[in-house]
Amino acid sequence: MAQIDWTRATKYFLLWDFMVGFKLGMKYFFRPKATLNYPHEKGYLSPRFRGEHALRRYPNGEERCIACKLCEAICPAQAITIDAEPREDGSRRTTRYDIDMTKCIYCGFCQEACPVDAIVEGPNFEFATETREELFYDKEKLLENGEIWEAEIARNLEMDAPYR
Amino acid sequence: MADFFYNTNLGIFLLVTGEALLVIVLLLVALAFLMYADRKIWAAVQMRKGPNIVGVFGLLQSFADFIKYIVKEIIVPAGADKPVYFLAPMITLVFPLIVWAVIPFNEGWVVSDMNVGILYIMAASSLVVYGVIMGGWASNSKYAFLGALRSAAQMISYEVSIGLIIIGVILSTGSLNLSDIVHAQDGKYGFFSWYWLPQLPMVVLFFVSALAETNRPPFDLPEAESELVAGYQVEYSSTPFLLFMIGELTEVVFMCALISVLFFGGWLSPIPGLPDGILWMIAKMAFFFFLFSMVKAITPRYRYDQLMRLGWKVFLPFSLGWVVFVAFAAQFGWFGGAYARWAVGG
Repeated sequence: MAQIDWTRATKYFLLWDFMVGFKLGMKYFFRPKATLNYPHEKGYLSPRFRGEHALRRYPNGEERCIACKLCEAICPAQAITIDAEPREDGSRRTTRYDIDMTKCIYCGFCQEACPVDAIVEGPNFEFATETREELFYDKEKLLENGEIWEAEIARNLEMDAPYR
Repeated sequence: MADFFYNTNLGIFLLVTGEALLVIVLLLVALAFLMYADRKIWAAVQMRKGPNIVGVFGLLQSFADFIKYIVKEIIVPAGADKPVYFLAPMITLVFPLIVWAVIPFNEGWVVSDMNVGILYIMAASSLVVYGVIMGGWASNSKYAFLGALRSAAQMISYEVSIGLIIIGVILSTGSLNLSDIVHAQDGKYGFFSWYWLPQLPMVVLFFVSALAETNRPPFDLPEAESELVAGYQVEYSSTPFLLFMIGELTEVVFMCALISVLFFGGWLSPIPGLPDGILWMIAKMAFFFFLFSMVKAITPRYRYDQLMRLGWKVFLPFSLGWVVFVAFAAQFGWFGGAYARWAVGG
Protein backbone atom coordinates (compact mmCIF):
# COMPACT_ATOMS: atom_id res chain seq x y z
CA MET A 1 0.00 0.00 0.00
CA ALA A 2 1.30 3.36 -0.95
CA GLN A 3 2.28 5.71 1.82
CA ILE A 4 0.07 8.77 2.12
CA ASP A 5 1.82 11.99 3.04
CA TRP A 6 -0.79 13.30 5.45
CA THR A 7 0.84 16.69 5.95
CA ARG A 8 0.86 17.30 2.24
CA ALA A 9 -2.70 16.03 1.81
CA THR A 10 -3.98 18.24 4.62
CA LYS A 11 -2.24 21.28 3.19
CA TYR A 12 -3.70 20.45 -0.22
CA PHE A 13 -7.26 20.26 1.04
CA LEU A 14 -6.98 23.30 3.29
CA LEU A 15 -5.63 25.33 0.35
CA TRP A 16 -2.61 26.10 2.50
CA ASP A 17 -0.50 27.39 -0.39
CA PHE A 18 -3.31 29.68 -1.38
CA MET A 19 -3.52 31.13 2.15
CA VAL A 20 0.22 31.74 2.28
CA GLY A 21 0.11 33.30 -1.17
CA PHE A 22 -2.79 35.51 -0.15
CA LYS A 23 -0.92 36.69 2.94
CA LEU A 24 2.16 37.48 0.88
CA GLY A 25 0.00 39.25 -1.69
CA MET A 26 -1.57 41.42 0.98
CA LYS A 27 1.88 42.21 2.39
CA TYR A 28 2.97 43.60 -0.97
CA PHE A 29 -0.43 45.22 -1.50
CA PHE A 30 0.39 47.92 1.07
CA ARG A 31 4.06 48.32 0.19
CA PRO A 32 5.19 51.63 -1.36
CA LYS A 33 4.91 51.51 -5.13
CA ALA A 34 8.03 51.10 -7.23
CA THR A 35 6.51 52.85 -10.26
CA LEU A 36 8.03 56.06 -11.68
CA ASN A 37 5.47 58.33 -13.34
CA TYR A 38 7.68 58.33 -16.41
CA PRO A 39 7.04 61.51 -18.38
CA HIS A 40 6.93 63.48 -15.12
CA GLU A 41 9.54 61.57 -13.14
CA LYS A 42 12.70 60.13 -14.65
CA GLY A 43 15.22 57.64 -13.44
CA TYR A 44 18.90 58.40 -12.78
CA LEU A 45 21.23 58.20 -15.78
CA SER A 46 24.89 57.26 -15.44
CA PRO A 47 27.48 59.67 -16.90
CA ARG A 48 28.36 56.78 -19.20
CA PHE A 49 24.85 56.58 -20.60
CA ARG A 50 24.95 56.21 -24.37
CA GLY A 51 22.05 58.06 -25.92
CA GLU A 52 21.60 60.30 -28.93
CA HIS A 53 24.79 61.35 -30.76
CA ALA A 54 26.16 64.87 -30.89
CA LEU A 55 29.11 66.58 -32.60
CA ARG A 56 30.90 68.99 -30.30
CA ARG A 57 32.72 72.27 -30.89
CA TYR A 58 35.66 73.92 -29.14
CA PRO A 59 34.78 76.86 -26.90
CA ASN A 60 35.92 79.23 -29.67
CA GLY A 61 33.30 77.78 -32.00
CA GLU A 62 35.62 75.63 -34.12
CA GLU A 63 34.42 72.12 -34.92
CA ARG A 64 36.31 69.44 -33.06
CA CYS A 65 36.00 66.84 -35.80
CA ILE A 66 39.15 66.51 -37.92
CA ALA A 67 37.74 63.91 -40.30
CA CYS A 68 40.10 61.11 -39.23
CA LYS A 69 37.27 58.65 -39.96
CA LEU A 70 38.20 56.41 -37.01
CA CYS A 71 34.55 56.37 -35.94
CA GLU A 72 33.47 55.36 -39.42
CA ALA A 73 36.07 52.59 -39.40
CA ILE A 74 35.17 51.19 -35.99
CA CYS A 75 31.39 51.43 -36.29
CA PRO A 76 30.24 47.79 -36.17
CA ALA A 77 26.88 48.65 -37.68
CA GLN A 78 28.47 50.80 -40.42
CA ALA A 79 26.03 53.54 -39.56
CA ILE A 80 28.48 56.44 -40.03
CA THR A 81 29.36 57.96 -43.42
CA ILE A 82 32.03 60.70 -43.68
CA ASP A 83 33.35 62.73 -46.64
CA ALA A 84 36.21 65.15 -46.12
CA GLU A 85 38.04 67.93 -48.00
CA PRO A 86 40.63 70.55 -47.04
CA ARG A 87 39.00 73.83 -46.08
CA GLU A 88 40.16 77.25 -47.50
CA ASP A 89 42.56 77.72 -44.57
CA GLY A 90 44.07 74.30 -45.31
CA SER A 91 42.65 72.44 -42.29
CA ARG A 92 41.05 69.07 -42.86
CA ARG A 93 37.30 69.09 -42.15
CA THR A 94 34.26 66.97 -42.93
CA THR A 95 31.92 68.02 -45.70
CA ARG A 96 29.50 65.27 -44.79
CA TYR A 97 28.94 63.50 -41.48
CA ASP A 98 25.87 61.23 -41.52
CA ILE A 99 24.69 58.80 -38.88
CA ASP A 100 21.90 56.43 -39.72
CA MET A 101 20.24 56.20 -36.28
CA THR A 102 18.18 53.22 -37.41
CA LYS A 103 21.38 51.25 -37.96
CA CYS A 104 23.21 52.49 -34.87
CA ILE A 105 23.43 50.00 -32.01
CA TYR A 106 24.55 52.58 -29.44
CA CYS A 107 27.75 50.65 -28.61
CA GLY A 108 29.71 53.86 -27.98
CA PHE A 109 32.73 52.74 -30.05
CA CYS A 110 32.67 56.00 -32.07
CA GLN A 111 33.02 57.96 -28.87
CA GLU A 112 35.85 55.69 -27.72
CA ALA A 113 37.65 55.96 -31.05
CA CYS A 114 37.46 59.72 -31.38
CA PRO A 115 40.85 61.32 -30.62
CA VAL A 116 39.38 64.82 -30.12
CA ASP A 117 36.11 64.01 -28.26
CA ALA A 118 34.13 65.33 -31.21
CA ILE A 119 31.48 62.61 -31.63
CA VAL A 120 29.88 61.69 -28.32
CA GLU A 121 26.74 59.92 -27.19
CA GLY A 122 24.76 62.30 -25.02
CA PRO A 123 22.24 61.70 -22.24
CA ASN A 124 19.18 62.22 -24.47
CA PHE A 125 17.11 59.11 -25.18
CA GLU A 126 13.82 60.75 -26.12
CA PHE A 127 14.36 61.37 -29.82
CA ALA A 128 11.65 59.18 -31.30
CA THR A 129 10.32 60.43 -34.63
CA GLU A 130 7.23 59.84 -36.69
CA THR A 131 9.08 59.00 -39.91
CA ARG A 132 12.12 56.88 -40.61
CA GLU A 133 13.76 59.64 -42.66
CA GLU A 134 13.99 61.92 -39.63
CA LEU A 135 16.36 59.40 -38.06
CA PHE A 136 18.97 59.78 -40.83
CA TYR A 137 21.03 62.43 -39.02
CA ASP A 138 23.35 64.72 -40.98
CA LYS A 139 26.19 66.95 -39.83
CA GLU A 140 23.94 69.94 -39.26
CA LYS A 141 21.61 67.98 -36.98
CA LEU A 142 24.51 66.48 -35.04
CA LEU A 143 26.16 69.88 -34.48
CA GLU A 144 22.81 71.25 -33.36
CA ASN A 145 22.53 68.40 -30.83
CA GLY A 146 26.01 69.35 -29.66
CA GLU A 147 24.86 72.89 -28.97
CA ILE A 148 21.72 71.75 -27.13
CA TRP A 149 23.40 69.16 -24.91
CA GLU A 150 26.92 70.61 -24.54
CA ALA A 151 26.58 71.45 -20.85
CA GLU A 152 25.45 67.97 -19.84
CA ILE A 153 27.87 66.22 -22.21
CA ALA A 154 30.81 68.19 -20.81
CA ARG A 155 29.76 67.42 -17.25
CA ASN A 156 29.35 63.71 -18.02
CA LEU A 157 32.75 63.53 -19.74
CA GLU A 158 34.35 65.22 -16.78
CA MET A 159 32.67 62.86 -14.29
CA ASP A 160 33.72 59.81 -16.29
CA ALA A 161 37.28 61.05 -16.99
CA PRO A 162 38.91 59.45 -13.90
CA TYR A 163 37.83 55.99 -15.07
CA ARG A 164 39.16 56.26 -18.63
CA MET B 1 -50.98 54.69 -12.54
CA ALA B 2 -50.15 51.57 -10.58
CA ASP B 3 -53.12 49.92 -12.23
CA PHE B 4 -51.66 50.67 -15.69
CA PHE B 5 -48.30 49.09 -14.80
CA TYR B 6 -49.67 46.02 -13.04
CA ASN B 7 -52.77 45.15 -15.05
CA THR B 8 -52.34 46.10 -18.72
CA ASN B 9 -50.07 44.19 -21.09
CA LEU B 10 -48.34 47.33 -22.31
CA GLY B 11 -47.81 48.49 -18.75
CA ILE B 12 -46.25 45.20 -17.68
CA PHE B 13 -44.06 45.19 -20.79
CA LEU B 14 -42.84 48.73 -20.07
CA LEU B 15 -42.26 47.92 -16.42
CA VAL B 16 -40.19 44.81 -17.13
CA THR B 17 -38.23 46.54 -19.88
CA GLY B 18 -37.51 49.41 -17.53
CA GLU B 19 -36.35 47.06 -14.78
CA ALA B 20 -34.13 45.12 -17.17
CA LEU B 21 -32.60 48.31 -18.57
CA LEU B 22 -31.97 49.64 -15.08
CA VAL B 23 -30.18 46.46 -14.04
CA ILE B 24 -28.12 46.28 -17.24
CA VAL B 25 -27.11 49.94 -17.26
CA LEU B 26 -26.14 49.97 -13.60
CA LEU B 27 -24.31 46.70 -14.08
CA LEU B 28 -22.33 47.92 -17.08
CA VAL B 29 -21.35 51.14 -15.32
CA ALA B 30 -20.30 49.10 -12.30
CA LEU B 31 -18.31 46.82 -14.60
CA ALA B 32 -16.27 49.77 -15.86
CA PHE B 33 -15.18 50.53 -12.31
CA LEU B 34 -14.70 46.87 -11.44
CA MET B 35 -12.37 46.52 -14.42
CA TYR B 36 -10.43 49.46 -13.03
CA ALA B 37 -10.47 47.95 -9.52
CA ASP B 38 -9.23 44.65 -10.93
CA ARG B 39 -6.26 46.35 -12.57
CA LYS B 40 -5.52 48.45 -9.50
CA ILE B 41 -5.54 45.44 -7.17
CA TRP B 42 -3.38 43.46 -9.53
CA ALA B 43 -0.99 46.39 -9.80
CA ALA B 44 -0.84 46.96 -6.04
CA VAL B 45 0.19 43.36 -5.36
CA GLN B 46 3.00 43.78 -7.88
CA MET B 47 3.99 47.13 -6.31
CA ARG B 48 2.91 49.03 -9.39
CA LYS B 49 0.61 52.05 -9.47
CA GLY B 50 -1.82 50.80 -12.10
CA PRO B 51 -3.89 53.16 -14.24
CA ASN B 52 -3.62 56.67 -12.75
CA ILE B 53 -3.70 59.13 -15.65
CA VAL B 54 -7.28 59.28 -16.98
CA GLY B 55 -9.50 61.12 -14.51
CA VAL B 56 -8.94 61.37 -10.76
CA PHE B 57 -6.79 58.38 -9.70
CA GLY B 58 -7.39 57.00 -13.19
CA LEU B 59 -11.05 56.31 -12.40
CA LEU B 60 -12.11 57.00 -15.98
CA GLN B 61 -9.56 54.58 -17.46
CA SER B 62 -12.22 52.03 -18.42
CA PHE B 63 -14.24 54.65 -20.27
CA ALA B 64 -11.14 55.74 -22.17
CA ASP B 65 -10.51 52.10 -23.05
CA PHE B 66 -14.11 51.77 -24.13
CA ILE B 67 -13.76 54.65 -26.57
CA LYS B 68 -10.46 53.26 -27.77
CA TYR B 69 -12.04 49.89 -28.53
CA ILE B 70 -15.06 51.19 -30.40
CA VAL B 71 -13.11 53.55 -32.68
CA LYS B 72 -10.64 50.86 -33.73
CA GLU B 73 -10.92 49.03 -37.00
CA ILE B 74 -12.84 45.76 -37.10
CA ILE B 75 -10.63 43.22 -38.80
CA VAL B 76 -12.21 40.05 -40.17
CA PRO B 77 -9.65 37.34 -40.92
CA ALA B 78 -9.54 35.87 -44.41
CA GLY B 79 -11.62 32.71 -44.58
CA ALA B 80 -13.59 33.59 -41.44
CA ASP B 81 -17.21 32.49 -41.24
CA LYS B 82 -18.63 35.99 -41.04
CA PRO B 83 -22.08 35.49 -39.47
CA VAL B 84 -20.73 33.11 -36.85
CA TYR B 85 -17.69 35.31 -36.33
CA PHE B 86 -19.89 38.24 -35.32
CA LEU B 87 -22.50 36.13 -33.52
CA ALA B 88 -19.91 34.71 -31.10
CA PRO B 89 -19.11 37.92 -29.16
CA MET B 90 -22.80 38.78 -28.99
CA ILE B 91 -23.58 35.39 -27.42
CA THR B 92 -20.70 35.82 -25.00
CA LEU B 93 -22.10 39.16 -23.88
CA VAL B 94 -25.83 38.45 -23.94
CA PHE B 95 -25.94 35.20 -21.93
CA PRO B 96 -23.97 36.49 -18.93
CA LEU B 97 -26.27 39.54 -18.99
CA ILE B 98 -29.62 37.72 -19.10
CA VAL B 99 -28.83 35.57 -16.06
CA TRP B 100 -28.94 38.73 -13.94
CA ALA B 101 -32.72 38.66 -14.36
CA VAL B 102 -33.07 36.16 -11.50
CA ILE B 103 -30.49 37.58 -9.09
CA PRO B 104 -32.30 39.16 -6.12
CA PHE B 105 -30.51 42.33 -5.01
CA ASN B 106 -32.86 42.96 -2.14
CA GLU B 107 -36.18 41.70 -0.76
CA GLY B 108 -38.29 41.62 -3.93
CA TRP B 109 -35.73 43.53 -6.01
CA VAL B 110 -35.50 41.05 -8.83
CA VAL B 111 -36.48 41.41 -12.47
CA SER B 112 -37.99 37.93 -12.69
CA ASP B 113 -38.74 36.12 -9.43
CA MET B 114 -39.13 32.77 -11.18
CA ASN B 115 -39.38 29.47 -9.37
CA VAL B 116 -36.82 27.75 -11.60
CA GLY B 117 -34.18 30.47 -11.12
CA ILE B 118 -31.27 28.07 -10.62
CA LEU B 119 -32.28 26.01 -13.64
CA TYR B 120 -32.45 29.18 -15.70
CA ILE B 121 -28.98 30.20 -14.53
CA MET B 122 -27.52 26.79 -15.35
CA ALA B 123 -29.17 26.80 -18.78
CA ALA B 124 -28.11 30.31 -19.73
CA SER B 125 -24.57 30.11 -18.40
CA SER B 126 -24.05 26.77 -20.18
CA LEU B 127 -24.78 28.54 -23.45
CA VAL B 128 -21.88 30.95 -22.93
CA VAL B 129 -19.56 28.17 -24.04
CA TYR B 130 -21.14 28.40 -27.50
CA GLY B 131 -19.80 31.93 -27.87
CA VAL B 132 -16.33 30.68 -27.09
CA ILE B 133 -16.51 27.68 -29.44
CA MET B 134 -18.04 29.72 -32.26
CA GLY B 135 -15.48 32.48 -31.86
CA GLY B 136 -12.61 30.02 -32.03
CA TRP B 137 -14.08 28.09 -34.95
CA ALA B 138 -15.16 31.05 -37.07
CA SER B 139 -11.80 32.83 -36.75
CA ASN B 140 -10.16 30.32 -39.12
CA SER B 141 -7.01 30.33 -37.01
CA LYS B 142 -5.41 27.34 -35.32
CA TYR B 143 -4.48 29.28 -32.18
CA ALA B 144 -7.98 30.59 -31.72
CA PHE B 145 -9.32 27.09 -32.35
CA LEU B 146 -6.99 25.48 -29.82
CA GLY B 147 -7.96 28.12 -27.27
CA ALA B 148 -11.63 27.52 -27.92
CA LEU B 149 -11.25 23.75 -27.52
CA ARG B 150 -9.43 24.16 -24.24
CA SER B 151 -11.96 26.66 -23.01
CA ALA B 152 -14.96 24.54 -23.96
CA ALA B 153 -13.59 21.42 -22.30
CA GLN B 154 -12.72 23.41 -19.19
CA MET B 155 -16.06 25.17 -18.87
CA ILE B 156 -18.04 21.97 -19.40
CA SER B 157 -15.93 20.08 -16.83
CA TYR B 158 -16.38 22.63 -14.12
CA GLU B 159 -20.04 23.22 -14.83
CA VAL B 160 -20.61 19.64 -13.68
CA SER B 161 -19.18 20.31 -10.24
CA ILE B 162 -20.86 23.73 -10.01
CA GLY B 163 -24.18 22.04 -10.75
CA LEU B 164 -23.63 19.38 -8.09
CA ILE B 165 -22.61 21.97 -5.50
CA ILE B 166 -25.74 23.97 -6.22
CA ILE B 167 -27.81 20.78 -5.83
CA GLY B 168 -26.51 20.61 -2.25
CA VAL B 169 -27.90 24.08 -1.62
CA ILE B 170 -31.25 23.46 -3.23
CA LEU B 171 -31.65 20.16 -1.34
CA SER B 172 -31.27 22.14 1.87
CA THR B 173 -33.65 24.83 0.72
CA GLY B 174 -36.22 22.77 -1.14
CA SER B 175 -36.58 25.47 -3.76
CA LEU B 176 -34.92 26.59 -7.01
CA ASN B 177 -35.99 30.18 -6.39
CA LEU B 178 -33.03 32.39 -5.46
CA SER B 179 -35.12 34.61 -3.21
CA ASP B 180 -36.28 31.51 -1.32
CA ILE B 181 -32.67 30.39 -0.99
CA VAL B 182 -31.85 33.70 0.67
CA HIS B 183 -34.92 33.54 2.89
CA ALA B 184 -33.90 30.04 4.02
CA GLN B 185 -30.62 31.49 5.29
CA ASP B 186 -32.37 34.09 7.41
CA GLY B 187 -31.85 33.05 11.03
CA LYS B 188 -31.25 34.46 14.46
CA TYR B 189 -27.47 33.93 14.30
CA GLY B 190 -26.88 36.36 11.41
CA PHE B 191 -23.58 35.52 9.76
CA PHE B 192 -23.59 32.00 11.19
CA SER B 193 -27.04 31.04 9.94
CA TRP B 194 -25.98 31.35 6.32
CA TYR B 195 -25.26 28.33 4.16
CA TRP B 196 -21.48 28.81 4.11
CA LEU B 197 -21.18 27.10 7.51
CA PRO B 198 -23.03 23.83 6.82
CA GLN B 199 -21.81 23.81 3.22
CA LEU B 200 -18.27 24.97 4.07
CA PRO B 201 -16.17 22.66 1.88
CA MET B 202 -18.49 23.34 -1.03
CA VAL B 203 -18.04 27.11 -0.75
CA VAL B 204 -14.34 26.68 -1.49
CA LEU B 205 -15.07 24.22 -4.29
CA PHE B 206 -17.65 26.58 -5.74
CA PHE B 207 -15.22 29.48 -5.66
CA VAL B 208 -12.50 27.50 -7.40
CA SER B 209 -14.98 26.12 -9.93
CA ALA B 210 -16.18 29.67 -10.57
CA LEU B 211 -12.60 30.66 -11.34
CA ALA B 212 -12.35 27.82 -13.84
CA GLU B 213 -15.80 28.45 -15.26
CA THR B 214 -15.02 32.11 -15.99
CA ASN B 215 -11.54 31.37 -17.38
CA ARG B 216 -9.89 33.46 -14.71
CA PRO B 217 -6.35 32.82 -13.51
CA PRO B 218 -5.10 30.32 -12.37
CA PHE B 219 -7.30 28.53 -14.91
CA ASP B 220 -6.90 31.01 -17.78
CA LEU B 221 -5.51 28.33 -20.09
CA PRO B 222 -7.74 29.26 -23.03
CA GLU B 223 -6.09 32.65 -23.18
CA ALA B 224 -2.70 31.61 -21.84
CA GLU B 225 -0.74 34.59 -23.10
CA SER B 226 2.58 32.81 -23.32
CA GLU B 227 1.23 30.01 -25.50
CA LEU B 228 -1.92 31.06 -27.30
CA VAL B 229 -1.64 34.88 -27.22
CA ALA B 230 -5.32 35.37 -26.34
CA GLY B 231 -6.96 32.04 -27.13
CA TYR B 232 -10.27 32.21 -28.90
CA GLN B 233 -10.20 36.04 -28.93
CA VAL B 234 -6.94 36.27 -30.82
CA GLU B 235 -8.47 37.24 -34.18
CA TYR B 236 -10.92 39.72 -32.70
CA SER B 237 -10.44 43.46 -32.59
CA SER B 238 -12.41 46.58 -31.81
CA THR B 239 -16.02 46.23 -30.62
CA PRO B 240 -16.30 42.41 -30.95
CA PHE B 241 -13.26 42.07 -28.71
CA LEU B 242 -14.80 44.57 -26.29
CA LEU B 243 -17.97 42.44 -26.19
CA PHE B 244 -15.89 39.37 -25.32
CA MET B 245 -14.16 41.27 -22.55
CA ILE B 246 -17.34 42.72 -21.08
CA GLY B 247 -19.02 39.31 -21.34
CA GLU B 248 -16.25 37.59 -19.42
CA LEU B 249 -16.19 40.26 -16.74
CA THR B 250 -19.98 40.13 -16.44
CA GLU B 251 -19.68 36.41 -15.85
CA VAL B 252 -17.08 36.99 -13.14
CA VAL B 253 -19.30 39.50 -11.35
CA PHE B 254 -22.25 37.18 -11.80
CA MET B 255 -20.31 34.40 -10.10
CA CYS B 256 -19.61 36.80 -7.22
CA ALA B 257 -23.34 37.52 -6.99
CA LEU B 258 -24.16 33.80 -7.12
CA ILE B 259 -21.74 32.95 -4.30
CA SER B 260 -23.22 35.79 -2.24
CA VAL B 261 -26.77 34.57 -2.81
CA LEU B 262 -26.17 30.82 -2.45
CA PHE B 263 -23.78 30.73 0.49
CA PHE B 264 -23.54 34.18 2.05
CA GLY B 265 -27.14 35.20 2.48
CA GLY B 266 -27.63 37.69 -0.36
CA TRP B 267 -29.01 40.91 1.04
CA LEU B 268 -29.15 39.64 4.66
CA SER B 269 -27.22 41.49 7.32
CA PRO B 270 -24.37 39.51 8.93
CA ILE B 271 -25.03 41.01 12.36
CA PRO B 272 -28.42 40.30 13.93
CA GLY B 273 -30.19 43.60 14.56
CA LEU B 274 -28.71 45.59 11.69
CA PRO B 275 -31.17 46.17 8.84
CA ASP B 276 -30.93 43.96 5.75
CA GLY B 277 -30.59 45.65 2.39
CA ILE B 278 -28.99 45.97 -1.00
CA LEU B 279 -25.81 47.45 0.54
CA TRP B 280 -24.98 44.08 2.10
CA MET B 281 -25.43 42.38 -1.25
CA ILE B 282 -23.14 44.90 -2.94
CA ALA B 283 -20.57 44.62 -0.15
CA LYS B 284 -20.53 40.83 -0.45
CA MET B 285 -20.16 40.96 -4.22
CA ALA B 286 -17.34 43.48 -3.91
CA PHE B 287 -15.59 41.27 -1.39
CA PHE B 288 -15.74 38.24 -3.66
CA PHE B 289 -14.60 40.32 -6.60
CA PHE B 290 -11.62 41.36 -4.50
CA LEU B 291 -10.88 37.68 -3.87
CA PHE B 292 -11.14 36.97 -7.61
CA SER B 293 -8.64 39.75 -8.28
CA MET B 294 -6.27 38.62 -5.56
CA VAL B 295 -6.32 35.06 -6.90
CA LYS B 296 -5.37 36.46 -10.29
CA ALA B 297 -2.45 38.25 -8.70
CA ILE B 298 -1.07 35.48 -6.50
CA THR B 299 -1.50 32.18 -8.32
CA PRO B 300 0.57 30.67 -11.12
CA ARG B 301 -1.30 29.13 -14.05
CA TYR B 302 -2.34 25.47 -13.84
CA ARG B 303 -1.16 22.98 -16.41
CA TYR B 304 -3.95 21.59 -18.56
CA ASP B 305 -3.75 18.03 -17.23
CA GLN B 306 -3.71 19.38 -13.66
CA LEU B 307 -6.83 21.38 -14.44
CA MET B 308 -8.64 18.33 -15.79
CA ARG B 309 -7.43 16.15 -12.92
CA LEU B 310 -8.69 18.68 -10.39
CA GLY B 311 -12.04 18.95 -12.12
CA TRP B 312 -12.81 15.28 -12.67
CA LYS B 313 -10.81 13.44 -10.00
CA VAL B 314 -11.16 15.81 -7.05
CA PHE B 315 -14.11 18.16 -7.48
CA LEU B 316 -16.54 15.76 -9.12
CA PRO B 317 -16.28 12.90 -6.56
CA PHE B 318 -16.24 15.37 -3.70
CA SER B 319 -19.30 17.29 -4.78
CA LEU B 320 -21.11 14.08 -5.70
CA GLY B 321 -20.40 12.66 -2.24
CA TRP B 322 -21.53 15.91 -0.72
CA VAL B 323 -24.86 15.74 -2.51
CA VAL B 324 -25.43 12.27 -1.01
CA PHE B 325 -24.41 13.53 2.44
CA VAL B 326 -26.67 16.58 2.24
CA ALA B 327 -29.56 14.43 1.04
CA PHE B 328 -29.25 12.21 4.15
CA ALA B 329 -28.62 15.14 6.50
CA ALA B 330 -31.64 16.97 5.16
CA GLN B 331 -33.94 13.97 5.19
CA PHE B 332 -33.11 12.86 8.75
CA GLY B 333 -32.59 16.34 10.19
CA TRP B 334 -29.00 15.79 11.31
CA PHE B 335 -26.98 18.61 12.93
CA GLY B 336 -30.08 20.23 14.39
CA GLY B 337 -31.70 20.64 10.99
CA ALA B 338 -28.87 22.77 9.62
CA TYR B 339 -29.33 21.06 6.27
CA ALA B 340 -33.11 21.05 6.24
CA ARG B 341 -34.50 24.56 5.93
CA TRP B 342 -37.32 23.94 3.56
CA ALA B 343 -38.93 27.18 2.67
CA VAL B 344 -41.71 25.66 0.63
CA GLY B 345 -43.34 22.34 1.52
CA GLY B 346 -40.92 19.77 2.91
